[in-house]
Amino acid sequence: MNKLLLLFFCLPLFAVAQEDLLKELEQDSNTTQQAFATFKGTRLVNGHTIETKAKGSLEFIFQHRFGPVNGGLYEMFGLDEAYVRLGLDYGITDNLSVSAGRNSVDKTLDGFVKYKVLHQQKGEKNFPFSITLLEGVAYKLSPKDNEEVSPDFENVDRLSYTSQLLIARKFNSNFSFQIMPSYIHTNAVDQSVTSNDQFALGMGARLKVSGSVALTAEYYYNFTKGEYYVAGTNGEKEPYYNALGFGVDIETGGHVFQLLITNGYGLTERAFITETKDNFFAGDIHFGFNVTRTFQLKENK
Amino acid sequence: MEIRFISTLLLVIAGWSTQAQKYVAEKSTVSFYSHAVLEDIKADNAKAVSIFNQTTNDIAFSVPIAEFQFAKPLMKEHFKEKYMETEKYPTSTFQGKISGFDFNAKGIQQTKAAGKLTIHGVTRDVEIPGTIEKQGSKLLMKAKFIVKLEDYNITIPQIVWQNIAEQVEVTVDFVYKPQ
Repeated sequence: MNKLLLLFFCLPLFAVAQEDLLKELEQDSNTTQQAFATFKGTRLVNGHTIETKAKGSLEFIFQHRFGPVNGGLYEMFGLDEAYVRLGLDYGITDNLSVSAGRNSVDKTLDGFVKYKVLHQQKGEKNFPFSITLLEGVAYKLSPKDNEEVSPDFENVDRLSYTSQLLIARKFNSNFSFQIMPSYIHTNAVDQSVTSNDQFALGMGARLKVSGSVALTAEYYYNFTKGEYYVAGTNGEKEPYYNALGFGVDIETGGHVFQLLITNGYGLTERAFITETKDNFFAGDIHFGFNVTRTFQLKENK
Repeated sequence: MEIRFISTLLLVIAGWSTQAQKYVAEKSTVSFYSHAVLEDIKADNAKAVSIFNQTTNDIAFSVPIAEFQFAKPLMKEHFKEKYMETEKYPTSTFQGKISGFDFNAKGIQQTKAAGKLTIHGVTRDVEIPGTIEKQGSKLLMKAKFIVKLEDYNITIPQIVWQNIAEQVEVTVDFVYKPQ
């Protein structure tokens, strides 16, 4: 009986020696996996994605919007008209990026700070979303002289501010979705038709169709949309529209090419979220592209 | 009572002796090197885990692919997203047996590991030559081998073929201690 008992105690030990080494290893290495490459670029269509630049990398971004395609052959379907934004984005840390740029629309200088607050992750630690905070400021250089606007127009009236919370989830390796609650303050507006403080909710998505190609969509619904007086008319008003855009992302090594169509042509948040004059569904669609090139200024060790 | 004591003692001794047959990696480096027309790419990984059973000569490795560190962060992102698809295949593993290792011999021994190598979800039978050296209670294991990307269904887009080699050289360097 006692011997049997002994044998009983020893049995599992023999079994241990037989077990699967690999399974043993996998039990030990239960770590947290962070979602990565939720979007290909730092821009979705017109606006931002949660993505920031990695530490020490500098991105040169060249953004282009043409005139509306419904201009017909005479306007070469919008290609005769072009609006450009040139910008640089730099990663100070893996979570903190800064950027500066200049957009030909309203001759606007802009700068912003983007900070990745939380990462989507699973495993030991779980969190369902990635959250990035964006704070931006833009300065209109146009018109050249303050007197052109009104006698009491000052330089400070050229400023506008953007605050955005970018919240995204990468559902699987092909599909990501993002929402962007946004607040825009413009120092000077025509208060009889629009407001200084505007709130919008953006929505966007990416669907990867192959390793290097993805389809994107972006829509900003502005809850506080205003109107504007059409220049050269006697007080005729037109409404602003919500910005809608669709794109194709193509990635080739250090470049990302984003070909897109949208009804906005401005490339700062004030311009496309609060001052989009074209109606996508009336055919006022602009062809455009964003091209980025990343340079690694500081290599890891 | 006495039986209980003896059996507990035996349990401890037996447990200790079976444990002692196993070695776990306390330090590991897995690196790969790819030489292509435009760019040489090198990456290191210090997060691999391994276990070696000295009595049966069974050995297993598990390498978390996301832990490979590159000179450029963008390389790492592409490696994870496009080539290795780490969301689908987070680890690469090897499971096999070592032959030609004499536990009591001294110096560097030429050995072979034969078994199943899994990369990018594809499992293949491989034989990898390497060396084992006993240093005190520790075992030093080294190996170098070639991995052909197409063997593991890793495809390179046409547009970047000049940057990425069709085969990479993998180096493993492990230090084991008794478990």
